[in-house]
Amino acid sequence: MAQVHDVPLATPLSDRHQALGARIVEFGGWLMPLQYAGILEEHRAVRSRAGVFDLSHMGELFVEGTDAAAALGYALTTEPASLKVGRAHYSMICFPEGGVLDDLIVYRLAEERFMIVANASNAGAVSDALAERLVGRRHVVLDDRSLATGLVAIQGPLAAAILAPLTDVALADLRHYGIAEGNVADVPALVARTGYTGEDGFEVIVDVAATGTVWDAILDAGKPMGAVPVGLGARDTLRLEAGMPLYGHELGPDTTPFEAGLGRVVKLAKEGDFVGRAALEKASAEGPRKLLVGLVVRGRGIARQGYGVFIDDRRIGVVTSGTQSPTLGLPIAMAYVTPSEAQPGTIVGVGIRDQRVQAEVVPLPFYRRPAETTDARA
Amino acid sequence: MLPQDLRYTKEHEWVRIEGDLATVGITDFAAEQLGDVVFVELPEVGRTVAQSAAVGVIESVKAVSDLFAPVSGDVVATNTELATKPELLNSDPYGQGWMLRIRLADRTALDGLLDAAAYEALTRES
Repeated sequence: MAQVHDVPLATPLSDRHQALGARIVEFGGWLMPLQYAGILEEHRAVRSRAGVFDLSHMGELFVEGTDAAAALGYALTTEPASLKVGRAHYSMICFPEGGVLDDLIVYRLAEERFMIVANASNAGAVSDALAERLVGRRHVVLDDRSLATGLVAIQGPLAAAILAPLTDVALADLRHYGIAEGNVADVPALVARTGYTGEDGFEVIVDVAATGTVWDAILDAGKPMGAVPVGLGARDTLRLEAGMPLYGHELGPDTTPFEAGLGRVVKLAKEGDFVGRAALEKASAEGPRKLLVGLVVRGRGIARQGYGVFIDDRRIGVVTSGTQSPTLGLPIAMAYVTPSEAQPGTIVGVGIRDQRVQAEVVPLPFYRRPAETTDARA
Repeated sequence: MLPQDLRYTKEHEWVRIEGDLATVGITDFAAEQLGDVVFVELPEVGRTVAQSAAVGVIESVKAVSDLFAPVSGDVVATNTELATKPELLNSDPYGQGWMLRIRLADRTALDGLLDAAAYEALTRES
């Protein structure tokens, strides 16, 4: 009998990462680049110019058929039927008990064809849950193409300028959370204007065999403009500044989307049943047991996952993610706290080693890109 | 290139012995492994420290790591510049990135420290 080895997977770009001198770590069952030149330098490149990411570890699940929209409406908390073709939205797949199985982006590629991008560490579980939730529907097919697709992202204020010459997709017409089919470096690709950095940017999804071609083309085109390869380390600090949750930190089976401040993705008003509806209706009616907040540490030290949050001697919560913000130059964190203590301006203490270090509850995100502010005014 | 005139520990600290003073920092290898250092916590001047005791903290973007006293003695100075420039641990670990200076309580403890060749061998294994 064949033996199953629990070895991490390598992305199609692993040789390139090695050649670039990346430090490799295991993440979500994959061997991934943690950093190349250094987390701070990569982080700053994305904020000021552009960064190129290998995200081939992410799960890509295609759901197709006349029943696809309805099936996803049952499986997820959002209503994919409301998406126009070429548009995407942020969504969640929840357990029947209301906890989060994963957070996802759902793209509508055609009237009857959707793509779901799931976290690497959850891709298998999401695929299994979707398959289970599609049982009994005759006109829908799930195609898990996680291992058959590569994903290269380019993020940062110069992302559009770098990608435009390489693609026949009209990037100027592709809005935030839009997706279009076309070619990138002469390779058939899906180009989505989505990301996980708080910057403008694109995610390019291609056949796994073409990942290297697309990576090389984007990196070569980007280099003269100051683009650099970016690893998971900076991906984490970028998303944290942007106030975006990460599964295993801010999201998990013991957390409802409401508690994560993401109640907007739970469409209780949609027609029909969906997995988790009863539990989420109850959770919505009862109110959250905890709330996700931003913290800025005012004293010295970095608040990290698992550190307690206190008011006087009362433990009121726990840190879920924390780092030194490269953009703000301050230690920032996200934490779950008792709802009554979640008000911005609340002063708390974070237990950092043997000390209580003062921190202030602040609104999320910590960082908003300048262009967004302009958009909001317009 | 690893400085040949320093002594080292298995915990990747370096020690420069000058008379009865030991200047301590972390090695280039350690700084490289930690990544960008963003926060350093050092002991108070005057504190008596025991060999191998945790006396400080080094935080990089990704990780927290303890600084251990490579020798016993009294802390006579710390590098206050690291409070605002922790990145000196990455850019100049053997120079401006020094961390603290200890007045040796007992020179025999120096015998337990590694020389450059032994430390280099150690980092090659890991």
